[in-house]
Amino acid sequence: MSDQTLTLTPNIPGADDFYAELLAAHEGLDKAASDALNARLVLILANHIGDRAILSQALAAAAPNQKD
Amino acid sequence: MNKIFEIPLYAYARSADQDAATPARHRVVVVGAGPIGLGAAIDLAQQGIEVLVLDDNDKVSFGSRAVCYAKRPLEILDRLGCGKPMVDKGVEWNIGKVFFDERQVYQFDLLPEDGHEFPAFINLQQYYFEEYMVNRVRELQQAGAPIEIRGRNRVLKVEEKGDHAAILVDTPEGQYGLEADWLIACDGATSPIRAMMGLDFVGRVFEDNFLIADVVMEAEFPTERWFWFDPPFNRGQSALLHKQPDGVWRIDLQLGWDIDKEEEKKPENVIPRLKAMLGDEVEFELEWVSIYTFQCRRMETFRKGRVLFAGDAAHQVSPFGARGANSGLQDTDNLVWKLKLILDGTADEALLDSYDFERIHGADENILNSSRSTDFITPKSEISRVLRDAVLDLSEQYEFARPLVNSGRLSVPCTYDGSPLNSADALDGPARSRPGSPCPDLPLGDGYLLPRLGDRFTLLTINAEAPDEIEESGITVTRLALSTADDPTGMLQARYLGDAPSGVYLIRPDQHVAARRPAYDDTQIRAAIRRAIGKEQ
Repeated sequence: MSDQTLTLTPNIPGADDFYAELLAAHEGLDKAASDALNARLVLILANHIGDRAILSQALAAAAPNQKD
Repeated sequence: MNKIFEIPLYAYARSADQDAATPARHRVVVVGAGPIGLGAAIDLAQQGIEVLVLDDNDKVSFGSRAVCYAKRPLEILDRLGCGKPMVDKGVEWNIGKVFFDERQVYQFDLLPEDGHEFPAFINLQQYYFEEYMVNRVRELQQAGAPIEIRGRNRVLKVEEKGDHAAILVDTPEGQYGLEADWLIACDGATSPIRAMMGLDFVGRVFEDNFLIADVVMEAEFPTERWFWFDPPFNRGQSALLHKQPDGVWRIDLQLGWDIDKEEEKKPENVIPRLKAMLGDEVEFELEWVSIYTFQCRRMETFRKGRVLFAGDAAHQVSPFGARGANSGLQDTDNLVWKLKLILDGTADEALLDSYDFERIHGADENILNSSRSTDFITPKSEISRVLRDAVLDLSEQYEFARPLVNSGRLSVPCTYDGSPLNSADALDGPARSRPGSPCPDLPLGDGYLLPRLGDRFTLLTINAEAPDEIEESGITVTRLALSTADDPTGMLQARYLGDAPSGVYLIRPDQHVAARRPAYDDTQIRAAIRRAIGKEQ
């Protein structure tokens, strides 16, 4: 069990740079290749986090209709 | 030369029951002489219970069918007196390779834990498996045990009568009636008895088909499990190559659900597929080919009065993970000692509720694991395929992704957590031997622990005093006294004590832990014995 909670406040220094890097990673890729990249990225990040409770919170936060 | 599966091993012979004026009554009738039915019958006969096995055939399994046997079932088979010939004949393997598309993405080693008498897995054709069990039946008969197999005795009708089951049997010489105090239906995935009694399956249903081929070849392939995701020779599907004894290779090719089974089975369609897989230069001979359809589901309850269901008759899983025959043997391992206590009048029929609880728990675990494997192997949506392929791609380069690859989670024994037969865990010991767990094996003197437990209630004491024998509610519990002073491998300490200085384990006849405590406590142990036979809440 984790006592951590998912960070949902700004946490990435240089947010614009990161976002540009994320878009750049997809540049020139077709839909299938982009989807595959996203899938690999999710798996790599999830493994880095490694905390099952945080991952469940992240899945809930990302789910559709979570407007609050 | 005839193959073993072409020779009648229990040919039809007329029985006196066929000429009886009224149906003959038997204590237990087992329907089906497959691995599970024979396992149940041998176990019963070893415990002195009269048992009759009926089978609609007279030969062992045609073709290899169930090929992969795990450690726990081998331990059970050893208790039944036929584990060692299976290990001697079987092929042991530890290395698995995973291929994706045209390339190998990684390989794994099962790295079996030391200090177990039996290997993690062996591969053995089901016909050998059944032959060794039939040999064991013959051996028991020689020794005067009350066990009989009747070949070409097909069950036409079963009626549950409250205190017995009435059975109508068809033979080459006509029909006859039988009665059984208890009937164990081990009549396979299509269980005619289940159908006759109108007991249907519940749970998630899906269907897939596999082309299963036994191929004889002199090939350089090593003794490894090779699994392909989406290979060029079977696009969009999976494939498995596994070695069996006698130079026979087992090949499973997934076909999907919407196929023409008769067409796919024809050699002119099978051989090109196999050539594409093995390479044109490999010489091979097709020994057996079959289409296997599976579903993942189970019966709502494994008992209907005096009729009990075990093995594939009660539950079905996908072939990934070797959870079919392996879990069926754990069913009868769980069932037979309970049935014996009931037949002896020591326990009430209510004890069988725990068969349902414990083995449904096992079946659900198997169905969960095999459904997850199936979801990985056969992605059901575009995004699940994208994620699956991402895992496989990453697994080639990064170790972290390999545990996510699911080509079948190989069968491990079930721990009966929450069973009504368990007493609360009173020892601060290792989780692996908590109440409900199958006892982990370990070296003991010149042998191993599990054969010392046998098939009776045992009180295992480690660095603890206790009576050598306890009589409680008709049960005799015999002590097995061990000490960590005589534990050169340290495995007794590690597997049964952990950080605790001493321990007392009450172990059931199926070698599962019923209770454990730091020291002997007469009141608590007696309560635990009663609880383990369903006589105390």
